[in-house]
Amino acid sequence: MTGRHAVHVRGLEKAYGDVRAVKGIDLDVAEGEMFGFLGPNGAGKTTAIKILCTIADATAGSATVAGHDVQTQRADVRRRIGVVFQEPTVDTYLTAEQNLRFHGELYGMPRRLLAERIDEVLEMVGLADRRHTEVLKFSGGMKRRLEIGRGLLHAPEVLFLDEPTIGLDPQTRASIWTYIAELRRRQDITIFVTTHYMDEAEHCDRIAIMNDGEIVVADTPEALKNRVGADRVSIRTSDDAVAIERLRERFGLDAAVHDGMVTVKVPGGAQFVPRLFAELGLAIETVTVTRPSLDDVFMAYTGRTIADTEQAGGASAMLRAMAARR
Amino acid sequence: MNAIQTLRDARPDRVVAGGLGHELRATAMVWRREMIRFRHDRTRMVAMLLQPLLFLFVMGTGLAGVVDTGGGLDFRTFLFPGVLAMSVLFSAAFAGISLVWDREFGFLREMLVAPVSKSAIILGKCLGGATTATLQTLVLLALAGVVGVPYDPLLLLTLLALLFVGALMLTALGVLISARIKQMQAAMPATQLIITPMMFLSGALFPMAGLPDWLAVLTKINPLTYVVQPMRSAVFAHLELPPAARAAFDPAITWGGWVVPGGVQVLVALACTGLIVAAGVALFNRTD
Ligand SMILES: Nc1ncnc2c1ncn2[C@@H]1O[C@H](COP(=O)(O)OP(=O)(O)O)[C@@H](O)[C@H]1O
Ligand SMILES: [Mg+2]
Repeated sequence: MTGRHAVHVRGLEKAYGDVRAVKGIDLDVAEGEMFGFLGPNGAGKTTAIKILCTIADATAGSATVAGHDVQTQRADVRRRIGVVFQEPTVDTYLTAEQNLRFHGELYGMPRRLLAERIDEVLEMVGLADRRHTEVLKFSGGMKRRLEIGRGLLHAPEVLFLDEPTIGLDPQTRASIWTYIAELRRRQDITIFVTTHYMDEAEHCDRIAIMNDGEIVVADTPEALKNRVGADRVSIRTSDDAVAIERLRERFGLDAAVHDGMVTVKVPGGAQFVPRLFAELGLAIETVTVTRPSLDDVFMAYTGRTIADTEQAGGASAMLRAMAARR
Repeated sequence: MNAIQTLRDARPDRVVAGGLGHELRATAMVWRREMIRFRHDRTRMVAMLLQPLLFLFVMGTGLAGVVDTGGGLDFRTFLFPGVLAMSVLFSAAFAGISLVWDREFGFLREMLVAPVSKSAIILGKCLGGATTATLQTLVLLALAGVVGVPYDPLLLLTLLALLFVGALMLTALGVLISARIKQMQAAMPATQLIITPMMFLSGALFPMAGLPDWLAVLTKINPLTYVVQPMRSAVFAHLELPPAARAAFDPAITWGGWVVPGGVQVLVALACTGLIVAAGVALFNRTD
């Protein structure tokens, strides 16, 4: 093992012909960390993951995963990682158990241990009662849970999850994250997840925002939000015009009306509210404090929202992703 | 949580083995998957039987009236080993290019990201396809008596063994094709394009005696010939035939005048199979 980094990336690049999918990224993920790539479709998340999982060759740069070089020590990396790819990779003609057994045999797990681990992961992902069912009959969420269980079967040091919830309904998405959170409670697995849903990125200890093959910024979700600054405080009052005037005179804040609410931007919005009530001298009917979202962060660093970026450049990628989930 | 506790105890260095035993287990598992999937394919099995049955009983019976076998030989008896080989040929090639589906439906990636060599995976795939293709011909083989081929256990075993070699050759060829052609719409016609001439040039459906030179040369460079001819010789060895019929319908294969013994023919078949498997492994890209 070299160093304490589960994932260590320097100057990583990948070009497909003229398309530069990954444009030289640097990245360190600590052991035990839950790290996320957040970015729109086509940002290069999957490409980067494929290089880290040894199934794509980098055009330039270097990377180690679990202390081993992804280009020169592939077998060492492979036996230490679990992967859930963006596109499904289960054999639907096999039962849940047969899919797991296949995996365990290919990973050379001792037979006794394999039998135990199959029971355990089936239990863990809530498929114990469906172990003999062909995967053909599974819902999208069940298939995904099976894949996550399979990725954990051989007790990897690093688990890669590429868009674990893509194409799933909100309820199933939430349940998948429950499983990931449960995993998270054990300290000795590193989880590397990608998503283009900003709410999901909130689950991570640290995220890197990716756009157009580059890491735009990386930090904890909180720190990122603090970087883009102020909270939004919106109030409904008996007299909006007076409220706007007093906010300027007494607090030195520029207020404007958004969606029928008087809105100001202030750092530490929650602490500001008591002062507001005390000093505004107007009846306040409702008050909302909104923290900046990761979308605001994305916006601040790229000048567009994730949704806009996807509509502009990612339409074909999105179609592909949808088709892939069938 | 209990599962998590064990997870912590089971670190990769302890969990994941290495070495030849590990590779063999991987090969065996890939083989087993083909067996499991085979059970789902009964419809295809039945469909694949239709064509050889038509050749044997419709074409065979039709031609029996016009082909002069010099008496004592049922033309369908002659045809039988060829039809067996033909049947195994198509099933095996189809099993081989199922690797294209594996890629398209994602399962290939599950295999490729595992800590085993691609040789282990491809070998398992080839052996699995060859086994299922051979199993499919059992129904046909059971009809031996109907067309005058004796139910001699040794003969049946010899035929099965040779069929397996042919199946392995063709599965490997299918795998080789799917190493390079990644869409099923393209892989199917490519396979047909290669195996149809191989089938016709193996002497499966016509006797190899008295062929014009150009045709004789083509049959001799066709690896499948070295599967079909030993099968036919095995059948003919169990028949009571006038020497003239034997010479006309089971002529020896010669290389520049040298009569190639049966054992050498089989070795040629095995060597070609090995080469095709090796080419499949070599041309198969693990990464993109
Ligand atoms: N195999 C490939 N061949 C050519 N271009 C590719 C390939 N894979 C990805 N790309 C391109 O690389 C870019 C990044 O794609 P990807 O890594 O899938 O992004 P993400 O996972 O963030 O949606 C896209 O422009 C995509 O079209
Ligand atoms: Mg992706």
